[in-house]
Amino acid sequence: MKVLYFAWLRAKVGTGEETVVPPEDVADVAALVEWLRSLSPGHAEALADLAVVRVAVNQDYVGLDAPVRPGDEVAFFPPVTGG
Amino acid sequence: MIRVQREDFDPAAELARFSGNGAIGGVCLFLGLVRDYVGEANARRQDVTAMTLEHYPGMTEKQLAAIEAEARRRWPLEDALIVHRHGRLEAGERIVLVATASAHREAAFQSCHFLIDWLKTKAPFWKVEHTAHGDTWVEARDSDDALAARWEKG
Repeated sequence: MKVLYFAWLRAKVGTGEETVVPPEDVADVAALVEWLRSLSPGHAEALADLAVVRVAVNQDYVGLDAPVRPGDEVAFFPPVTGG
Repeated sequence: MIRVQREDFDPAAELARFSGNGAIGGVCLFLGLVRDYVGEANARRQDVTAMTLEHYPGMTEKQLAAIEAEARRRWPLEDALIVHRHGRLEAGERIVLVATASAHREAAFQSCHFLIDWLKTKAPFWKVEHTAHGDTWVEARDSDDALAARWEKG
């Protein structure tokens, strides 16, 4: 599974992209976030407040209950500020 | 049509695409520029020298294409164009161009307004402002959410 981080989340995690192999019982975004938080203090800090984090699976916006599978591209980023 | 690019663009040259289609009676264009201050008004001038736009290659194009398709579903458009830049942009530089063309002005005005409102809350871009006091990630504004929400269909 490929996990991407953008903007200040990338700075806190320390990388913009990583390949991870979560335990098999990690089946949705909420469980993935919980597991990613355990990887490092930077991950924990970046994902501490999900009110300021948006999630995309395979480049579509999703909620915390969305399923995640091996091979998915999961991205975490702040609310967008383009235009 | 969607374009995401680092290079500048020429608004006049972009408008050329709308010539030659006799069905087009009106074109509406929105052009976004880099402001040189932080906050709501010049009273809070803080001298933004430049900003850097980061984006999510792949998802950006996918979301912009979806937004354009939604505009084409809602209004009878002959053509639509979104050009959005990324990378470092100095104050005063062009950031984004949205242009829509239709037989009559109302559809062109409304769809152009819709596209820039939705783009601002759905396309995965993030801005860092460079000021004399350091670099700051721009926070999403509730007012932009409200402007986008008025186009939600109940």
